[in-house]
Amino acid sequence: MEALREVLTWLLLVSGVGFCLIGGIGMLRMPDFYTRSHAASLTDTLGATLVVAGLAVHSGLNLISVKLVFVLVFLYLTSPTAAHALVKAAYSKGLHAPDVEDATKPRAGGAG
Amino acid sequence: MKRALILFSHLAVVWLLLSGHYDATLLTYGALSCAGVVALVWHLGILDMEALPTHLGLRPFLYLPWLFKEIVLSNLSVARVILSPSLPIEPRILRVSASQRTQVGQVMYANSITLTPGTITLDVRDGQLLVHALTKDSAEGLLSGEMDRRVAHLEARGAQREERAGLLGGHGA
Repeated sequence: MEALREVLTWLLLVSGVGFCLIGGIGMLRMPDFYTRSHAASLTDTLGATLVVAGLAVHSGLNLISVKLVFVLVFLYLTSPTAAHALVKAAYSKGLHAPDVEDATKPRAGGAG
Repeated sequence: MKRALILFSHLAVVWLLLSGHYDATLLTYGALSCAGVVALVWHLGILDMEALPTHLGLRPFLYLPWLFKEIVLSNLSVARVILSPSLPIEPRILRVSASQRTQVGQVMYANSITLTPGTITLDVRDGQLLVHALTKDSAEGLLSGEMDRRVAHLEARGAQREERAGLLGGHGA
């Protein structure tokens, strides 16, 4: 049982680190600001989730794993907010971006 | 008053889980600080459905597993894009409509979009979202509108009316 938990812990931690690493590689490979923020969200979401899940499995079911879940909840609320603040600031200050394609439903009305 | 009690009980649960010390002195301090926070929120008049979206009930817990599945799938697809030598990206910006009737609902939709790698919300205005998509696949996932439908489904009937009343009560002067 203990060995199984160790294996699961390392599996989760290593795959989480893997996603963080891919996110970092993406940051370097992507051509502009907006596409880089997509790469960064890999680190924010599955990377962070897997690392925190690995730590929670390692500590077992106690107050520490509850705190780790709190960390995850905060990350899921704050990291999209921060990403949105960054791209919105860049977009509203006119950083070069693709043209807007209108895909609104007719019911909603309002031309683009 | 009901909202104040709900907020207090939530704060108390969070405090108990974070503290881990359960002797009388510390429990008293915990109860006092929870009451202090509730009093402050009450005084500021922000105890509305934006601060405490009780109208959603337990439905978000049904939405979360689906959202997590989407996050995992789009993580894998973006990871594949990053690691493929040709870097097959087709960045584009889409204007899509958000069919949620309340601001809380639209925020949840915009946040879900940003949380899913491959799509990121640039702006929210008049029930329309400006979304930057990394690839054709992520744009199509967005255009299928499933996420929009699911988030709109979270809202209760009459939530918009309640929100207006809540906001007026909260910020009215």
